Amino acid sequence: MTRPVDDLDLRLAREVRDLAVKQRDPASPYFRGDRRRFMLQSVAAAGALAALPRPASAQAPLGATVHDVPPDASKTPGYPLADESYGTRSQFETEVRRRFKTATPLSSWTMTPLEAGVGIVTPSGLHFERSHGGTAVIDPAKHSLYVHGMVDEPRKYSMKDLRRFPSISRMMFVECSGNGLTEWSKPTMRTVQFTHGLTSTSEWTGVPLSTILNESGLAHGAKWLLAEGGDAAAMTRSIPIDKAMKDCFLAYGQNGEAIRPEQGYPLRLMVPGCEGNINIKWLRRLEVSDAPFMTREETSKYTDLLPDGKAVQFSLVMEAKSVITSPSGEMTLDGPGFYEITGLAWSGRGAVRRVDVSTDGGRTWRRAALQSPVLPICHTRFRFAWKWDGDETVLQSRCVDETGYVQPTLGQLIAVRGLNGPLGSIYHLNAIQSWHVARDGKVTNVHHY
Amino acid sequence: MSTITEIALAVAAAALATHAVAADMHATAYDFGTRPSEAELGHFVSPLPDGRGLPQGSGSVLEGKSVYQQQCASCHGEKLQGGIGDRLIGGRGTLVNDDPTKAPVKTVESYWPYATTLFDYIKRAMPMAAPGSLADNQVYALTAYILSQANIVSDDAIMSADTLPKVEMPNRDGFIPDHRPEHFPPVSRTPHQTLAISPAAK
Repeated sequence: MTRPVDDLDLRLAREVRDLAVKQRDPASPYFRGDRRRFMLQSVAAAGALAALPRPASAQAPLGATVHDVPPDASKTPGYPLADESYGTRSQFETEVRRRFKTATPLSSWTMTPLEAGVGIVTPSGLHFERSHGGTAVIDPAKHSLYVHGMVDEPRKYSMKDLRRFPSISRMMFVECSGNGLTEWSKPTMRTVQFTHGLTSTSEWTGVPLSTILNESGLAHGAKWLLAEGGDAAAMTRSIPIDKAMKDCFLAYGQNGEAIRPEQGYPLRLMVPGCEGNINIKWLRRLEVSDAPFMTREETSKYTDLLPDGKAVQFSLVMEAKSVITSPSGEMTLDGPGFYEITGLAWSGRGAVRRVDVSTDGGRTWRRAALQSPVLPICHTRFRFAWKWDGDETVLQSRCVDETGYVQPTLGQLIAVRGLNGPLGSIYHLNAIQSWHVARDGKVTNVHHY
Repeated sequence: MSTITEIALAVAAAALATHAVAADMHATAYDFGTRPSEAELGHFVSPLPDGRGLPQGSGSVLEGKSVYQQQCASCHGEKLQGGIGDRLIGGRGTLVNDDPTKAPVKTVESYWPYATTLFDYIKRAMPMAAPGSLADNQVYALTAYILSQANIVSDDAIMSADTLPKVEMPNRDGFIPDHRPEHFPPVSRTPHQTLAISPAAK
């Protein structure tokens, strides 16, 4: 029989050995070394790849590292603290972004697993993505931002220059205006991740755009601003100059560290309350003009076609919206009794004033509790105590924002926008979501309005 | 005097000094960064609908057909009917529609309001695997070819900074400004529906 002390020594020795392996493994978050050199080596000796150490995290959920699980974690030391590390989540957590299967993964979107989220912040690694030419890889040391057009003084800034300006931080949601586009004419997706997962909240840090534009000086007659990304799509959108000067900013930080590559590293234009697409990622250029540029995205794509054949253009603001994230689609209630109904509410026009919840399919509404902080243009967490009696029912939530706007039913929205095809007008679906609860506790996505 | 006030005064004095030095230029408060050269800015193309910003050069329908077949057809289809990439032509008359089962066909021909957008988008973002690789003449030629296949310009059209902004797109007047926030009718007067998710849907 092995004495406990030997067991401990063996375990520690194994952990130290495992850590050394991870530090040589470019796929591991513990990797210490030159990834580029590794890449070159591996290209030069592709055949030798099989001889390299296998990633210790081969079987781990994405973003986690697997460790041995002792029978009682209080009876044996845990794994040692590395001298340098980048923390990972627990090996028992498995939530991932999931991609909507568009024809090509280069122009596609992935959705946040809202059903698993708590609080209001979206973990950076789970923030939804929407890119039109893949995720650009940009060396910040070589990145420049150009400001030109109808300005008195054109400027070119390095990332170092931009970080010298006075900065601001803001908790803010970003939502793709295509969020829910499959749900106009009939319920299509099974989970809240796929019905609502194109919205996420982060704390963003950067320079006010007004500071940058004032540095260059707007020429007389300046009315619009073109923002261009440095990705393969060279994404461009025109922004009214009043909005640009009011509250836009150039973010280089997200949740306390540099902005993630898929969110636009090293620089993203933040346009508070406006559709995700106009928050240009990998920002490289700002051109001031007297007219909108009428780019592809603001003419042929992010416009809302109505049944009369006319399309609404520059519909930038994301209207008030909410969704119950638990219980939600594909969950099963464990019999009658107490449940905390919880979800998220948000509005592009300001703060959430109130969220109402209905547990009887919209016949009666009662006020949900809002978790502080309740911030303008930010996800707001609501909670509602509910005792399920075991009968079939429909759960709904309704957001009222600080302007008094009340989140519409799908019937109200369709009464105004119509249904021009199965996708309706595609963008800006902010209607009340319905979750059906069956007698067996199964929760499903339904239309009930 | 508080330290904060002293700092504020010092900053103000520094800003005034900058003014004095650069009296003939726009006054930058911080003076970070540099002034980019015309050549640097010349790399960027973003034309306006009236043609400002379009580069020199031109291209014909015939030249465009050849470029299209080499660079575009694999994604957008031999007959511009779409594939991995968007359908480019057809669809006129499908935009007026309130049938939830019938999708409108939104293409360059039926939906795009400005021809300059076509040049801008191809120049910046196409072909998908090698964006920015086409010469201006090739982009003008492609623009001419797509517009001719869409029956918007004739087969002998030449597209250039002069001709492209003059092309009248069929859906030029198809767009209206944002009128939101919308005012909704009472729930009692709107459509009512109860629909379950289809068992086959994933």
